[in-house]
Amino acid sequence: MQVTRDFSHYVRTAGAGLQHIDLAVEGVHCAGCMAKIERGLSAIPDVTLARVNLTDRRVALEWKEGRLDPARFIDRLEELGYKAYPYETESAEATEVAESRFLLRCLGVAAFATMNVMMLSIPVWSGNVSDMLPEQRDFFHWLSALIALPAAAYAGQPFFRSAWRALSNKTTNMDVPISIGVCLALGMSVVETVNHAEHAYFDAAIMLLTFLLVGRFLDQNMRRRTRAIAGNLAALKAETAAKFVGPDEISQVPVAAIHPGDIVLLRPGERCAVDGTVIEGRSEIDQSLITGETLYVTAERGTPVYAGSMNISGSLRVRVSAASEATLLAEITRLLDNALAARSRYMRLADRASRLYAPVVHATALITILGWVIAGTSWHDAIVTGVAVLIITCPCALGLAIPTVQTVASGAMFKAGVLLNSGDAIERLAEADHVIFDKTGTLTLPDLDVTNAADIPPDSFALAGRLALSSHHPVAAAVAQAADAKSPIVGAVEEAGQGVRAVVDNVELRLGRPSFCGAEALVGRATLDPEASIVAFSKGAEKFILSVRQGLRPDAQAVIAALKDRNIGVEILSGDREPAVIAAAHALSIAEWRAGVTPADKIARIEELKRRGSKVLMVGDGMNDAPSLAAAHVSMSPISAAHLSQATADLVFLGRPLAPVVAAIDSARKALHLMRQNLWLAIGYNVLAVPVAISGVVTPLIAAAAMSGSSILVMLNSLRARSASREIV
Amino acid sequence: MEILVILVPLALMLGGAGLAAFLWSLRSGQYDDLDGAAWRAIADDEPPPQEAPAKR
Repeated sequence: MQVTRDFSHYVRTAGAGLQHIDLAVEGVHCAGCMAKIERGLSAIPDVTLARVNLTDRRVALEWKEGRLDPARFIDRLEELGYKAYPYETESAEATEVAESRFLLRCLGVAAFATMNVMMLSIPVWSGNVSDMLPEQRDFFHWLSALIALPAAAYAGQPFFRSAWRALSNKTTNMDVPISIGVCLALGMSVVETVNHAEHAYFDAAIMLLTFLLVGRFLDQNMRRRTRAIAGNLAALKAETAAKFVGPDEISQVPVAAIHPGDIVLLRPGERCAVDGTVIEGRSEIDQSLITGETLYVTAERGTPVYAGSMNISGSLRVRVSAASEATLLAEITRLLDNALAARSRYMRLADRASRLYAPVVHATALITILGWVIAGTSWHDAIVTGVAVLIITCPCALGLAIPTVQTVASGAMFKAGVLLNSGDAIERLAEADHVIFDKTGTLTLPDLDVTNAADIPPDSFALAGRLALSSHHPVAAAVAQAADAKSPIVGAVEEAGQGVRAVVDNVELRLGRPSFCGAEALVGRATLDPEASIVAFSKGAEKFILSVRQGLRPDAQAVIAALKDRNIGVEILSGDREPAVIAAAHALSIAEWRAGVTPADKIARIEELKRRGSKVLMVGDGMNDAPSLAAAHVSMSPISAAHLSQATADLVFLGRPLAPVVAAIDSARKALHLMRQNLWLAIGYNVLAVPVAISGVVTPLIAAAAMSGSSILVMLNSLRARSASREIV
Repeated sequence: MEILVILVPLALMLGGAGLAAFLWSLRSGQYDDLDGAAWRAIADDEPPPQEAPAKR
């Protein structure tokens, strides 16, 4: 049977006879890697562009249309020591990138306008106390207007649009007071300039936009970066399938290029990337990623298989079905949709702050105007003072208070191995006081491990490992990995469903089922872990048994203890059988556990905890966890999780240890603390500045100084979030 | 104060030139890879010579 790799799905024409592909590359960290990759790829004839993007960990390649096969690039990168996969930009990421560029453009326009208006304002401020002629002042004001008005019209778009959207939905957000403040300040300044008045606030208005755009851009950039990394991870998982393109010919194609009705081959040791039904073959499949159940299921003609199942023993031909046809998946999708719809719309801290803020500020301005009128000043002067109140209270520091902390905290979390899927996850995670763990793949490692390696003589174990390299069976792979085997035994033969055998130095070696190795007697005698898969190894007359199972994550115990120290409740909800769950709960000393739980039961339990006022953090990886991940207050998934779960979870953690869970909670708590502190700083500044504004003595100089002073204070305070995640457990 | 006739347009032009340069750098993708750009500045243009004798 012929296997070809087909990457044509990812190649696009770049014009002028050039073709373009983007590859996500694993393990690029420094300038050295960058230079090595770019030189290595440029050396291939016909390649016209090879450029590494270190931020997004990607390579952009262009070459002359012709004989060059994109698979060659991947092979070349492999020779250089990097794993690469073709990458396809999702539409969501493309939108984020476009939005991010637009904000940067607005920020550029606003910043340049601010600098130029400032250049005109400073002579006016100093001229007011020296010898500037009123005509010169007017001239400078008009010039400021010329710069500030178009710049504000352009750079203010993000705020005006968002405020308009909120108002047309009959709600309010932070952008409503911002837009009102900016428009009134500009409008009043124009009127004052026409009337040859002393003060105009063009500088304050445009500076306000600049500072707010900094906050907006940081927020957006954080989201864009997370998306890029999540996109790479999806690409690195290499979701491909072996599709039959002829009766006997298969081609390894990306999942995106597979359609319902196609037939794919699922070989032993492969993880299924599609949903479908078995049409030929017989095998055992591991569905733990779907159901949490660690016992293997027999698959034969007619058995539905889901993306994420691992094929264990035999080859299967699978007919791909549309997602909704598979019954289990349909049920999970329905629950997930419900949970997402019911997800009590969490109100972000910034929105809660603005809901209190806007009415207070607008009322203060109105009262100021009325107060001055009653006190006997003219309407004109009263309105000028009222607008000054609006300008000085405009939520400049408030707009920076949260995004700056989020950016710094997400950077700290990234270092600890945690990626954020949603911007407000930090706030919600900080509130979590009860953690529900799934067992399989979350508390335990997703891959298998040999538990009794110490009982076997090292030389025999090494031989067993080398023999195991000749088999695709996941248990064999675990043995090979545990023995750290590198060179397979030449001439080893795999007997499907039985094991592998080989002859070395006239001694027959066998690895596989106990019956295959004649070791049933040993199995009968030993008291073994009921959870483990047993494989036997025979070397001539010597016989050994190996117990292979999913081990707990190495630091699970410490992490659970650390959570308890922080007064966070811990609980296991697993779809697996009771003995397995009891064993894990016992090993980790978790008092509360439930076994054999269905996705609907998991949601019910979360709802129950919610009613009691707990804020639940759900940590799970299986597809059966996806609905409960959506239902929980905040959720986390390991990187090995099923596609659906990872997309649903608010945070994703990398690597084998469980420690990122605690690290993330610590960072989030610290970040929330800093966010609150920043909000208080912003409010404190207003409490000082507003009386000055109400009294009517605010000059544009005071407004500008107060605004930049408070913003810089808030930014500096946010930087403290960096030291958040030093200590993990 | 006649100097303003020269200085003000000059200042505006400089500001405009700065903005144009920023927009150009943005459009040509210079902000797409900030981490990489930091390293490129110190990377060698050519592959280092093989076993170059140490200069003293």
